[in-house]
Amino acid sequence: MLRSIQFVCTVVLMAASGFASAQAPARVEPANLESQRPLPEQTRTAVIRDYLQSWQSLKAALEQNRTELIDTAFVGTARDKLSETIQQQTTLGIRTRYQDRTHDIQIVFYSPEGLSIELTDRAECDVQVLVHDEVKTTQHVSARYVIVLTPTEVRWRVRVFQTALN
Amino acid sequence: MRTGLPFLLSTMALSMIQLAVAQDRSLTLPKTVEAGSAFSIQCTGSGKAVLYIVGLGQALKRDVELGGTTFFPAGSLYNSGHYLAVLERSSSAETGSFDVVPATKPAELSFLAKPSRVPVGLHDGITGAVYVFDVYRNLIAVPTLVSFELSSPSGTAQKRTLTTREGSAWTVMDSTAQQGVDRFVARVDEISSARIIGQVPGDPCELKMSARQSGQKLLLATDLVRDCNGNAVPDGTIVTFTEAYTGGQSTVDVPLKHGIGEVQMAVHNGATISVASGIVLGNQIRWEK
Repeated sequence: MLRSIQFVCTVVLMAASGFASAQAPARVEPANLESQRPLPEQTRTAVIRDYLQSWQSLKAALEQNRTELIDTAFVGTARDKLSETIQQQTTLGIRTRYQDRTHDIQIVFYSPEGLSIELTDRAECDVQVLVHDEVKTTQHVSARYVIVLTPTEVRWRVRVFQTALN
Repeated sequence: MRTGLPFLLSTMALSMIQLAVAQDRSLTLPKTVEAGSAFSIQCTGSGKAVLYIVGLGQALKRDVELGGTTFFPAGSLYNSGHYLAVLERSSSAETGSFDVVPATKPAELSFLAKPSRVPVGLHDGITGAVYVFDVYRNLIAVPTLVSFELSSPSGTAQKRTLTTREGSAWTVMDSTAQQGVDRFVARVDEISSARIIGQVPGDPCELKMSARQSGQKLLLATDLVRDCNGNAVPDGTIVTFTEAYTGGQSTVDVPLKHGIGEVQMAVHNGATISVASGIVLGNQIRWEK
């Protein structure tokens, strides 16, 4: 009985939640830098834009278990770790559906040679774990992320992406 | 906003169901686990169940016996992050969450030092930035002491000790007066990472040339070209000789060879000859037979 009710809710959720679609509103705090190098406004805007776009890639990749979806936005350690997670999810028959609700972003480090930028992001998101396409849990996660981005040919890509304790 | 209300309602419905099936709170999770450390999870009840642990960094599945403790050996969870645990029984699921934090011991430094070649005597000319990682490539965000040391060819060393902020630290150093190879080292505990910085002579500081006639040619040669710290400017640096005379001007660019620029130019009585390299202007010679 409970399983059938849960299944109905799963269907409702899938139909109505809008998971993994819209981009969440983002608040950007003034940069808190002690760097020697000034941060140009254009760079700041590009980094925030590319970081928020990386969430779209991440959400789609984890929901569809497709590693190639993270290639444009992630690089290095972050890409390797997410790829590994997606492969493990595939093996276990799991998918995860992330819906970011809000972001509160602050740039905390701009390296003096201009080759890396570090952000923190207090993000609110809802996470669904699906086992063989059945939603097993939906949890609201409030987490603080630490992100390092590096420039590539056409955009900033996420090189480190991890949660940190508040 | 367009999907907020339906999502909220459906989430509430699912949460109520989950509460109903998990009233006994039979899943006991650690609050935090250090990356790579062994840990255990207790599940009360009886029978068999499946435990899923899912995060951005990893996904695990274990068959568990309810009423017992499930041990996860060292190395099971090594990517830091927030993890959801789902205990799936035959007719219900219970959930919880916990955090995996980076290991406290630094194991790897990502060290960016710039530039790889720098002119001598440049204030704040060399920068270094470092990120501190544990053995699993998790960024260690807790404040950590990092020392930077730049050793110059003369044996002098500049040292700075800083505390990381969100896993990163940076410093800036001066290049010294002597050309050669610097060793720039970042160190955390016994972990270090070194970069080589080439200190090259700066621009010519002073240019001095002399002239002598040989047949119908004028032989022009500079003295050994040095920067303002006395280092010989590298061969290949261009020196420009200009001869201005009545009715015309001749200009010749020559590279330094063995630190000296040499050229032959036609003799013009009353010509004014000058020499320059980059923005540095040397002496002038007025040639009279």
